[in-house]
Amino acid sequence: MAERGVDRVLWLLVPGVVFVVALFAYPVLYGLQLSFQPEEGGGVLANYERFFADPYLRDTIWITLRLAVPAALINVLASIPIAYRMRGRFRGKRLLTTILVVPITLGTVLTAEGLINYLGPVGWFNKILMGIGLTDEPVRLVHNYWGVLFSLIITGFPFAFLLILSYLSGIDPTLEQAAATLGADRRRRFRYITLPLLAPGLAITFCLTFVLAFSVFPSAYLVGLPQGETRVISIAAYESAFRDTDYPLGSAIAMIMAVVMLVVVGLVLLWRSTLYRGATGGKG
Amino acid sequence: MSENFAELRIERVRREFGDHVALAELELTIKGGEFVALLGPSGCGKSTALNCLAGLLPLSGGQILVDGKRIDTLPPERRGFGMVFQNYALFPHMSVHRNVAFGLSMRGIGRAERTRRADEALRLVRLSDHAHKFPAQLSGGQQQRVAIARAIVLEPRLVLMDEPLSNLDAALRLEMRTEIRRLHQSLGLTTVYVTHDQEEALALADRLVVLRDGVVQQVGSPEEVYAHPANRYVAGFMGYRNMIPATVSDVDEEVVTVAAGRSVLHGVNRDGLTAGSAAVVAMRPSDVTVGEGENALRAEVEIVEYHGREQAVQARLPDGTALHVRTGSRLAPGDTVSLTVPADRVLVFAEEHPPGEES
Ligand SMILES: Nc1ncnc2c1ncn2[C@@H]1O[C@H](COP(=O)(O)OP(=O)(O)OP(=O)(O)O)[C@@H](O)[C@H]1O
Ligand SMILES: [Mg+2]
Repeated sequence: MAERGVDRVLWLLVPGVVFVVALFAYPVLYGLQLSFQPEEGGGVLANYERFFADPYLRDTIWITLRLAVPAALINVLASIPIAYRMRGRFRGKRLLTTILVVPITLGTVLTAEGLINYLGPVGWFNKILMGIGLTDEPVRLVHNYWGVLFSLIITGFPFAFLLILSYLSGIDPTLEQAAATLGADRRRRFRYITLPLLAPGLAITFCLTFVLAFSVFPSAYLVGLPQGETRVISIAAYESAFRDTDYPLGSAIAMIMAVVMLVVVGLVLLWRSTLYRGATGGKG
Repeated sequence: MSENFAELRIERVRREFGDHVALAELELTIKGGEFVALLGPSGCGKSTALNCLAGLLPLSGGQILVDGKRIDTLPPERRGFGMVFQNYALFPHMSVHRNVAFGLSMRGIGRAERTRRADEALRLVRLSDHAHKFPAQLSGGQQQRVAIARAIVLEPRLVLMDEPLSNLDAALRLEMRTEIRRLHQSLGLTTVYVTHDQEEALALADRLVVLRDGVVQQVGSPEEVYAHPANRYVAGFMGYRNMIPATVSDVDEEVVTVAAGRSVLHGVNRDGLTAGSAAVVAMRPSDVTVGEGENALRAEVEIVEYHGREQAVQARLPDGTALHVRTGSRLAPGDTVSLTVPADRVLVFAEEHPPGEES
């Protein structure tokens, strides 16, 4: 076998390939062809025309981007300083990491419950604000845009943090030491050494947290305003497919969702391709 | 930029990792323009000492003074020391030229002068043709020269070099050694050079500091350390490869007579030994000659390695101790030979020398 150019080890890929085809490629292709067969007749592209003609559907793109881009940006930007300080070894690092990562295990529903308890109209946060006399009315922080944004930040942060921490750990610490002996203070070491080496990893992290946030669904219902300012694109797809049982339109919306994500990810990766992406170890 | 200092004093500098003492009470005064080598085997605390000097490791105790002013409380970027790292630590995302110019731009030096000085430094290390390349596109030796150029372009008041030649092949190592000495002489930079290679240290340094387990064993000129190692540990490091257990039978001022390997040898008393004490006889392989004469040992040839002009021979004394000899004469395994050593080339140390104590 090996002489004929096929490594036997490659057979181990078979289950993986079958899995990918069955669970990913097939549904995508099926959905794609379904989206071109509109229920209510018309051309092949009728579903897509309908989506872009109807502001109630079309605006979901904008609504979702307005949530997903800030959430991904905040997650990436907040992770950088925290991960930067946690690179080295110190006592209690494991505990701190665990605390920061725990939200992964909470799931959206628990997070939503927590948010309602803390930030809701009768939650602690508002009680404190009113107690110290900062406001007379409770501040609305759930069942609107902010509730969903908080939820996306809480669930997305651990991913961003863990990824950035591992990218940072891959950068040889002697590079910053070298910069220090060359006269660079802390700020300039970060600016000229760490940040440029970290930037490609930041791009990837942004893409991943963006994709996670863009397909937001449960929290848009639970702590958002699903018929209003948090009517995200996945709600539109869900309603078309399961409430109106218009599978082709649902598929078309899912396809549009995928294209929007691809465009954003593509733009970020395009920017990334202009950066240095080689080794970040000591020997260059 | 920074004028040379008159002297840098390292006073009782100490560094611990947990309960492990990596550097114990280092005392050293370095004069401006001097080339000091820190010598010792792996793990003896050489990098620790260098990092303490550079400010990359906080001290557990002691202080460092430059012309009377304490600098051990300053962060590395304010000490004005250049450092060549053991693994080069070149910035992988910058071209060679930008790597070298980095320190200059951190000092706020203008573009024109920056370029001029970086070009000059690259010319000194003979890398002008590679200025536009990235570190990953260079060979190990070229990267190392970039690291040197980057450290010296600022003409720092102290250059710290951490085993800069350890990753090079033998030929390149020799070439770079000369290069470093040439740079030191032409720029007059005060240098602390870390190495585990005694030959390198002897060739380069004005003064050697031999370390063992974080404790200084000897400080002296290359001649002193080479000819008069302070203790048996330093002797072992300076090429006294033969260490034969012996018993002192007679002491006459500096000359001791010992029984070793079923022979009687005369040697130099290095540890104030008295008759009857257990000792170790140290000899360099190249000081042992084949032939009859004074101060002779009988041995059987066991292994012969061909080294061109010479042979490296391992022989065995009647009591089973191995003895290394370098000789021009042709020997074969199984030969019984008589080996002689001049008495002044035989150093006799006490069996166990407490580390840190200099005799
Ligand atoms: N960060 C650290 N934590 C714990 N122990 C350390 C640390 N750094 C060094 N050591 C210990 O301190 C001792 C001296 O280390 P150091 O790096 O100074 O050795 P070295 O002489 O430079 O060796 P080499 O020639 O291998 O580079 C070693 O025993 C090492 O295990
Ligand atoms: Mg070292």
